[in-house]
Amino acid sequence: MSRRPTVIELDRADTRRARTLARRAGAPVVRIARTHTTVSVERATVRLAGLSGADSERVPWVNHLVDAVRAQTGLAHGVALPVWDALARGEGEDLLTLAQKASAGSVTFRLPEGREASRAGRAARAAVSVGVRRIDRARAQRDRLIARLGDAPRRPWIYLIVATGDIYEDVVQAQAAARAGADVIAVIRSTGQSLLDYVPEGATREGYAGTYATQENFRIMRAALDEVGRELGRYVRLTNYASGLCMPEIAALAGMERLDMMLNDSMYGILFRDINPIRTFVDQRFSRQIHARAGIIINTGEDNYLTTADAVEAAHTVTVSQLLNEYFAAEAGLAPWQMGLGHAFEIDPSIPQSFRLELAHALLARTLFPDAPLKWMPPTKHMTGDIFRGYLLDGFFNLAGALTGQGILLVGMMTEAVVTPWLSDRDLALQNVRYVLDACSGLDEDFHPPAGGFIATRARTVLAEAIELLERIADDGLLTAIGEGTFGLMRRPADAGKGLDGVEQRAPGYLNPAIDLLEEGATR
Amino acid sequence: MSTPAITSTAAAGGSRIIRPYGDTTGDGMVQLSFTLPVPAGKKAEGAALQLARSMGMDPAMVVHARAMGEGYTFLVLYGRVNHLIDLDAVQVTEREYPLLSAKEINAAIRSRLRRKLVVVGACIGTDAHTVGIDAILDIKGFAGEKGLEYHREIEVHNLGAQVLVPQLVEQALARRADAVLVSQVVTQRDAHLHNTREMAAAFREAYPAASRPLLVVGGPRFDEGAAAELGVDRIFGKGTTPSEVASYLVHALLPARPSRRSA
Repeated sequence: MSRRPTVIELDRADTRRARTLARRAGAPVVRIARTHTTVSVERATVRLAGLSGADSERVPWVNHLVDAVRAQTGLAHGVALPVWDALARGEGEDLLTLAQKASAGSVTFRLPEGREASRAGRAARAAVSVGVRRIDRARAQRDRLIARLGDAPRRPWIYLIVATGDIYEDVVQAQAAARAGADVIAVIRSTGQSLLDYVPEGATREGYAGTYATQENFRIMRAALDEVGRELGRYVRLTNYASGLCMPEIAALAGMERLDMMLNDSMYGILFRDINPIRTFVDQRFSRQIHARAGIIINTGEDNYLTTADAVEAAHTVTVSQLLNEYFAAEAGLAPWQMGLGHAFEIDPSIPQSFRLELAHALLARTLFPDAPLKWMPPTKHMTGDIFRGYLLDGFFNLAGALTGQGILLVGMMTEAVVTPWLSDRDLALQNVRYVLDACSGLDEDFHPPAGGFIATRARTVLAEAIELLERIADDGLLTAIGEGTFGLMRRPADAGKGLDGVEQRAPGYLNPAIDLLEEGATR
Repeated sequence: MSTPAITSTAAAGGSRIIRPYGDTTGDGMVQLSFTLPVPAGKKAEGAALQLARSMGMDPAMVVHARAMGEGYTFLVLYGRVNHLIDLDAVQVTEREYPLLSAKEINAAIRSRLRRKLVVVGACIGTDAHTVGIDAILDIKGFAGEKGLEYHREIEVHNLGAQVLVPQLVEQALARRADAVLVSQVVTQRDAHLHNTREMAAAFREAYPAASRPLLVVGGPRFDEGAAAELGVDRIFGKGTTPSEVASYLVHALLPARPSRRSA
């Protein structure tokens, strides 16, 4: 973005204080993430070393291998040492054979020591670095394609969802959407995939309100968008979801298959899927390290708070979550341009001045995070099935997006809450977006809410409330705050939730070559 | 524009015959939009008019046609339908309980139960498909509706997948459950029916009849009419939304109060 977007005046001391508090609240959680591992982090590491595929029951080989190692040596030292020690001892000629034998119970794993440990560590690093370099190559190829084909013609990028359940049908819809003007295609996942403790395999044609995220589905859609991108003369971005119990593995697959954006919120799984908080924070740090390396833009999920809580009363919880997401993202190595912090147009339209309030909240985010491509989410909660009124509301949503310099605009559908979008719904929605963006192109230049006016005052109030809440969270601890129901009204204690049994504290000598390579920025 | 006109034409003899209302009583005007899988052009418009006539619109007018991609056309039509509606012949099946909003559900529990309503949910047997139970219980919900967890006055304990029946009974007792929700997706060799009967029997054994929690099962392959046969209080089929379940719980569990509904 060359032109600086419209901003409102905030007290620098306030913004500094907000960030300091976010760091204070987040730092203990990062310490936990650095001292624990999970089954999914370990599986992602083995995936980077090239292990894929599943048995005849569709249980992935990475699950078999990690489970077998865990049963014999535990996870506290990571799986890299036991696995590459077993390979060195000839227990299997390669990872796949080893995993197959391990699933039959015919491999003895041990924790190597001394020179054997060094040898296993070196071999593991060499193997895992292949996957890391594959991620590097995918990133370089993205840059090349954008240079050759051209980028999206304007900001905000127009973001459209497809979700048929059948990857081949998704391809048809995604290409049609791109031709109709979409800059970003998101493939919604099958309901419930976030709670599967494995990543399904292969191309899938049946899903439940969405399509499974699998490596093969990623590859198929990437190829389809590259094809339509060449036809249109612009690079079309692909989005999926690095969330749920397999967040690290999905992130690794996304990096290797050149996805461009991933939904990846620091607290969504905890609050809305009842996934254990520790599991989430450990998995998330690893997945964000991968995203950082892969040049992937993350999209955070603050819009979800507003679908459960009131969008005016809870406005400051969005700001708090954005600040925490920013802290966790930066700590994991993501640059500001990779932080698609979320927010949404969810204020009850029957409230007087609701649009001014929306502008205030959107501008607050814009001002606080000037270099982040903010993710602007359309109304859902107040879409009633009255498609005519919904179309108008979406128009105002688009207007707010244009006025406040949003980075990524998820296209709202007038049939929200009625049907999964029809062809005509998408077409009408895109006409709405294009009309507003073209008609208001550059309007943000002329839009300067006065410092003492309603909008600026409201933004400062929300920031002050956010600081107050952050003070409490920093004092009590983030895990306590989550346990007490501070966000989205959900209480999620640190010792409960799904996936807790897949968490283990790291022992001294824990080795994970993927994390080492990512933290060192090394390629070998 | 979309409110139906109940302006009536109470004719002699008491029968009430109506027609859609555009701007004049009895004009029968309706609007219609749809997409045809043909390129935009005269042919597409002609095809649209033919469909409209078959649907009883005559005369019909194509007021808008727009190409969408290569082979599709979006059309908006206005026209007059010739059909009559006999209001007295309109049959409506009433749900035996009203559908309540989250606010109404919370208010009803607060005022009529005076404590939180406790729900324990699980997938039992070998079924690992928590999609259904999560859609109903998790705050994330389903079809744009928040799950039961979203309600402040409902305390939800989602035990997850592959819960054994004795475990479920034990948890129901420990949590003092008002209702037990069980989801069954897997139907191999009628596992869902077998599991449901086993669960119902276990609850009958563990509780005195008067204090047994409400037993509710759901899944895509259940017959909604088979509750009594399976020994449960209610069965929900495919496509059930959280608010239907929550409204049912309020209806079935809360002491009634004088109805304030007007006719």
